[in-house]
Amino acid sequence: MIGLPAVYTLGGVMFAAVAVLSATDRCNTRRWGNAAFWALLALSFLGGNRLGDFGNGVLVLALVALAGFGALGRSHPATTDASERAASAARLGNRLFIPALTIPAVALLGTLVFPHVVVAGAPLVDPKQLTLVSLGLGVVLALGLGLALLKPPLVAPLQEGRRLLDAVGWAVVLPQMLAALGGVFAVAGVGALVGHGVSSIIPSGNLLAAVCAYTFGMAAFTMVMGNAFAAFPVMMAAVGLPVLVHGFGGNPAVVAAVGMLSGFCGTLCTPMAANFNIVPATLLELDDRNGVIKAQLATALPLLLFNTLLIYFVAFR
Amino acid sequence: MLLLSGIAILVIGLVLRINPLLVVAAAALATGLAAGLSPFAVIAVLGKAFNDSRYVSVIWIVLPVIGLLERFGLQARAATLIASIRAATVGRLLLVYLIARQLTAALGLNAIAGHAQTVRPLLAPMAIAAAEKQGLADEPGRQRIRALAAATDNVGVFFGEDIFLAVASILLIKGFLENYGIMLAPLALSVWAIPTAIAAFVVHGCRLLLLDRRLAQQNGAPR
Repeated sequence: MIGLPAVYTLGGVMFAAVAVLSATDRCNTRRWGNAAFWALLALSFLGGNRLGDFGNGVLVLALVALAGFGALGRSHPATTDASERAASAARLGNRLFIPALTIPAVALLGTLVFPHVVVAGAPLVDPKQLTLVSLGLGVVLALGLGLALLKPPLVAPLQEGRRLLDAVGWAVVLPQMLAALGGVFAVAGVGALVGHGVSSIIPSGNLLAAVCAYTFGMAAFTMVMGNAFAAFPVMMAAVGLPVLVHGFGGNPAVVAAVGMLSGFCGTLCTPMAANFNIVPATLLELDDRNGVIKAQLATALPLLLFNTLLIYFVAFR
Repeated sequence: MLLLSGIAILVIGLVLRINPLLVVAAAALATGLAAGLSPFAVIAVLGKAFNDSRYVSVIWIVLPVIGLLERFGLQARAATLIASIRAATVGRLLLVYLIARQLTAALGLNAIAGHAQTVRPLLAPMAIAAAEKQGLADEPGRQRIRALAAATDNVGVFFGEDIFLAVASILLIKGFLENYGIMLAPLALSVWAIPTAIAAFVVHGCRLLLLDRRLAQQNGAPR
């Protein structure tokens, strides 16, 4: 069965290649810092399950130390300039879209087809990991098509990948670090404490105040955790179920579903949701790290208000 | 209350603009120690959580392909294509992307697009090319358009995916309520994602069309 280990191996090989190319890049004055950072990430992807929990913890602290104390430099692998790109685009035309669209097309097909592919009585692809396995397969196929169509030097995809990875820099591991922080919060019981705090401030008998505490609390705690999935069980257990459903007789489906969407409004407003908000800011080379969040506020805040009113007017009929 | 020290560290660290990786690591260590774990155990908990979260970082494997195509002018070609479509404006382009993203996410296909695989190589250069046709010329304006392209991707997927029955958040809600003795079919939950999905389309869509109007007013360019 093809599952996450295969995808991790693919990622690990890429990070390892980037580490080697970083180490040989004499133009980057901090090349050893870059090489060490990508090598540690390669080690995590290739051997994370064999390092043990404490070993992984030390690896995390080493990554953080390299990034936090400025050991990483920005590399500038040779690439094409704007005029070369315009000429190449004119020559290749819409054929350039073929490899680019291969990735979403394989993701689409994989999601639809893989659940029905059974080899020797077992599914070919781990049903829980369809998305990531399809992504990995899409990347491999797109790379093959790209190499066949464009005939670049074989090292070009890795150098171009290194160019983009170094442009994103340490933010590459920020989403994963934040997910890990969520894990630590869960072990420590932070959620229960926050839920208790919110439920204690609601004036009893006031439905509007209770709904607002629930939806705004969901958004605010999502902003802290960076993830509505972490905030939902806390706010639902503290306010949604005891106060709105059992206290005021609200419809649990409305309270739960719209409550989760209130959390999503919080996700749009927080740097803690790094993969949605910070990573695109670095990928799109925005000067303002919070530029994507600022572009989302005017959508997220009216929607939070809408969700609050939706629960207030619909859940208690 | 000591447990909340991690949250305090996060807020202070982000306000002071200290490197977020350092801030997050410090918050994790402080929270673990406040919960009564030994330093050794805290590092182990952090390491296990990091190792279990590797799937979050898998998306970076698309970068060699995207970088290779950029080297051969993918972004330039995407921009030329949009510039050749007379009716294309930045607002309409992003509006089409928004509805396509919402509808595909509602069918459970939220992995077919994203910031690394579609926004950077395709959507952002197309949006810039359309906006330049409408008279946009300054770099801060270009940055705002790129940010709006990323925002449109987020809004589309966030407020489409919960209509799909088997998405993680619906399954999480279902499982949570079951623990409290409330049995609900996924459909009973996912229909309640539809009103907010429509509201998201209306709110964000209006903002996109207002952007077209603002560009037209600023530049007097024909639309």
